[in-house]
Amino acid sequence: MTKTMLSTVAALAVIASSAMAEEVRVYNWSDYIDESLLTKFEEETGIDLIYDVFDSNEVLETKMLAGSSGYDVVVPSGTFLQRQISAGAFQKLDKSKLPNLENMWDVISERVGKYDPGNEYAINYMWGTTGIGVNVEKVKEVLGEDAPISSLALVFDPANMEKLSACGVHFLDAPAEIIPAALNYIGENPDAQDAETIQKAEPVLTAIAPYVQKFHSSEYINALANGDICVAVGWSGDILQARDRAAEADNGVIIEYNAPKEGALMWFDNMAIPVDAPNPDGAHKFLNFIMDAQNMAAASNYVYYANGNLASQEFLVEDVIGDTAIYPDAETLEKLYTTSPYDAKTQRVVTRLWTKVKSGT
Amino acid sequence: MRRAVLIAVPYLWLLALFLVPFAIVFKVSLSDTALAIPPYTPTLKDGFGALISGLDFENFVFLTQDDLYWKAYVSSLQIAFFSTIVTLLVGYPMAYAMARAPEEWRPTLMMLVILPFWTSFLIRVYAWVGILSTEGFLNQFLLWTGIIDTPLTILNTNWAVYIGIVYTYLPFMILPIYAALERLDESLIEAAEDLGCSRMQAFWLVTIPLSRNGIVAGCFLVFIPALGEFVIPSLLGGSGTLMIGKVLFEEFFANRDWPVASAVAVILLLILIIPIILFQRNEQRQQEAEQ
Repeated sequence: MTKTMLSTVAALAVIASSAMAEEVRVYNWSDYIDESLLTKFEEETGIDLIYDVFDSNEVLETKMLAGSSGYDVVVPSGTFLQRQISAGAFQKLDKSKLPNLENMWDVISERVGKYDPGNEYAINYMWGTTGIGVNVEKVKEVLGEDAPISSLALVFDPANMEKLSACGVHFLDAPAEIIPAALNYIGENPDAQDAETIQKAEPVLTAIAPYVQKFHSSEYINALANGDICVAVGWSGDILQARDRAAEADNGVIIEYNAPKEGALMWFDNMAIPVDAPNPDGAHKFLNFIMDAQNMAAASNYVYYANGNLASQEFLVEDVIGDTAIYPDAETLEKLYTTSPYDAKTQRVVTRLWTKVKSGT
Repeated sequence: MRRAVLIAVPYLWLLALFLVPFAIVFKVSLSDTALAIPPYTPTLKDGFGALISGLDFENFVFLTQDDLYWKAYVSSLQIAFFSTIVTLLVGYPMAYAMARAPEEWRPTLMMLVILPFWTSFLIRVYAWVGILSTEGFLNQFLLWTGIIDTPLTILNTNWAVYIGIVYTYLPFMILPIYAALERLDESLIEAAEDLGCSRMQAFWLVTIPLSRNGIVAGCFLVFIPALGEFVIPSLLGGSGTLMIGKVLFEEFFANRDWPVASAVAVILLLILIIPIILFQRNEQRQQEAEQ
């Protein structure tokens, strides 16, 4: 009896203490921050940080549209941000609480303005490209020395894919990024919004789908680093993380990332505050903390993604700021394209096409 | 009076945990999508009259127009059916061995069957990723023994889904069969053998029929959850693995189409009600027989 009493008292004490301490709940992409920043934030502000991760915009969007997610800061990509703003999922930022806004890079803020006019609801966290990661040695073994590793033909030409399937190919499970790439490959507008043009991506994708081992948006980091697969169509920083993990493991795997020479999708991940955030004040503190030049640089140095923070650039290591796979040169930058959100009807066409590509029905 | 109260408790339980959620899902399945929070219309905010008049069966009609859905149902039924058969073939001998083991061993053996439940289901399924991948333990072992010289691709295929389902649901098959076999009177088999049955015949004519209830219970306990399985096909299956759980996920998350997702769920429930009713009838008959 005394024992149960004691444990009840202990449980109540835990509940009471958690109710007293201030909390900020952040929902970010997996493998997307230097975790020492999380402790640093807690030490500087005394706020308890609860940090959860996801690996697809769709999962985040469903939580946002269901409402009462309980999160204070979430990180949707451009098109998803725009749609969730129009659904009324976010609150306007109180810019008086964000003095570090002056650190932001106008070039990126302007581009994000396409999705969030006037940057009223979100700040850019990271941006990058969707491209191709290859295990150089294995790919050359299969396709020969002149393998087109920096061209979309590597993954959209069935003849190449047939050979590559022997060593394993992963694609992102993200129709809104792969379909534009396929359209770009056949010379169509990657930002096409009409069903007829979008359908043109179907034969391109169904021809190569049998050779794709898996459509998944996070497993490829480890699979590429371990040598389980030799090609991944994925996000720039993730592939660079795979490159580094392989180098650390010293397992003889050498990974290279390229934004395809035909052009690549440029995407933006942005931090926003849900309209029903339990602690909007703490959320602003977190945003301001992230926009600190040194903190933002620490995050980029860790995850190998470019950020939208100009002041942080002087603190970036040469490996990041000097790598054109992360901060593209002017020529590549010109070829990068952005996309717009699909409306509900087009979204259904896109998802259905994607299911057909993946499962054959 | 007391009796009525006693009966009311489980019924209230059913009402709160089954009927009310079902009614909500059914209502959503009759709605239309909207870009709002929540992403469908009409909601209770629109008033009761508008709510009723805004509902229709459009989404169910939609399910019949695209062959994706029935193919996914059929493919799920197929995967659930064959996994159940394999689980039975693997589980029965294990249950039999347990029931025939010396009495002092039985609690330990039982413990070993239940032990995996101490680890999270998700982690156990994830462990199979490490075992089955091209660079995984299984391939490395087979390469080492020289049985194969190129790694087998098992992960991300339907084979991996079968392995995952059979592994995960094996205890649900073993436990009811073991319970039936343990109660089996040894002297019945001796009698059969005295009357001229061979060991094999005695097994077919006495042991199997007497463990029938355990077999049926085990099969339903495996088949029903396997049909709607989502975690195993999404972690172990490939892009070609078509299961209704995954289709439901896509409707809900990728299309943000809660109404169609709910319609898929309602149909899945209707499909499941048939085996559930059969299962209940079997249980009832068993109880009557015991009385």
